[in-house]
Amino acid sequence: MTETAVASEAAAATDHGHAHQSSGHDTSTGISNNKLMMWVFLGSECLLFGALISTYMLYKERLPDGELGPSDVFDIPFTSLSSFVLLLSSLTMVLALSAISRGDYRNFRIWTLTTATLGAIFIAGQIYEFTVFYEEGLGYTTNIFGSSFYTLTGFHGVHVSFGIIMLLAIYIMHRQGRLNQDKAETVEIVGLYWHFVDIVWILIFTVVYLFPQPESVL
Amino acid sequence: MTDLAVNHDSDLHDGSHDDEHHDHPSDWFYIKIALILAFFTLIEVGTYFESVHNAPEWAMYAVLTFLMVVKFVMVGAYFMHLKYDTVMFRRVFIAGIVLAIVVYVIMFLAYNRFGFA
Repeated sequence: MTETAVASEAAAATDHGHAHQSSGHDTSTGISNNKLMMWVFLGSECLLFGALISTYMLYKERLPDGELGPSDVFDIPFTSLSSFVLLLSSLTMVLALSAISRGDYRNFRIWTLTTATLGAIFIAGQIYEFTVFYEEGLGYTTNIFGSSFYTLTGFHGVHVSFGIIMLLAIYIMHRQGRLNQDKAETVEIVGLYWHFVDIVWILIFTVVYLFPQPESVL
Repeated sequence: MTDLAVNHDSDLHDGSHDDEHHDHPSDWFYIKIALILAFFTLIEVGTYFESVHNAPEWAMYAVLTFLMVVKFVMVGAYFMHLKYDTVMFRRVFIAGIVLAIVVYVIMFLAYNRFGFA
């Protein structure tokens, strides 16, 4: 082996050692595979929600005259309240992670259940909103706006519901003694998903509800 | 935001369980971020009221888009720890966002959504 090859091999070993030491993960990249997998998943979710939001934006202005549109059905004060609830759940989620990271299990349990409850309140609000819209005459197949609106917000609601299931799962795992300070990364990964759902709602709330709407024709 | 970026170091503490090579901010720091996000949301909701709603459409779009992006970045940076975590996660997430933006801008162009044709 030449001197240069030995030197580069030594440098590579040093780099690897440094990466391993700095991150504490025994992986080829030196970072957590589970966390990386979640980030890749969230990156791909951007495309999914990008498609749904773009479709909504394209279709909402192509309503035939006389059809029920956004300005006829939206209740902004109510949806604003739902947005605050979801925003608050992001805070409680990060407080849950902070608690388990320092071994404060009592607060971890409180914040995890609070986050799940806030998520459930958001979903209840969405179900109420859908029911009101339906009673006002906007069904899934009523028009192009209804289809794209229900698909977008429905997909988001399903994501929140999965988040609630994951939160309850980590709560139960903790109660069974299978999740403690050493496995705080599991909570962090669930938290990433939860914050992503919040981020998507930030986009939906602005683009779907707050951007200027086409004038009502009814 | 600049103040936060500069001063947040004072809110950092060494977590007893530091699974990545970053420090987690204190709970109070997260509460401050949430309060700022709530304030921005209040401004957004304020645009719904009639007196503001009569503002030029371009101004409404500009203000709402700006606030939306700021909130997005703040949640990503602080709540999702992208500011403190390894740069690899940031790159992966931003790649997804950029890809989505490129694909759907092309789609809007194809549907003449911007009215260029």
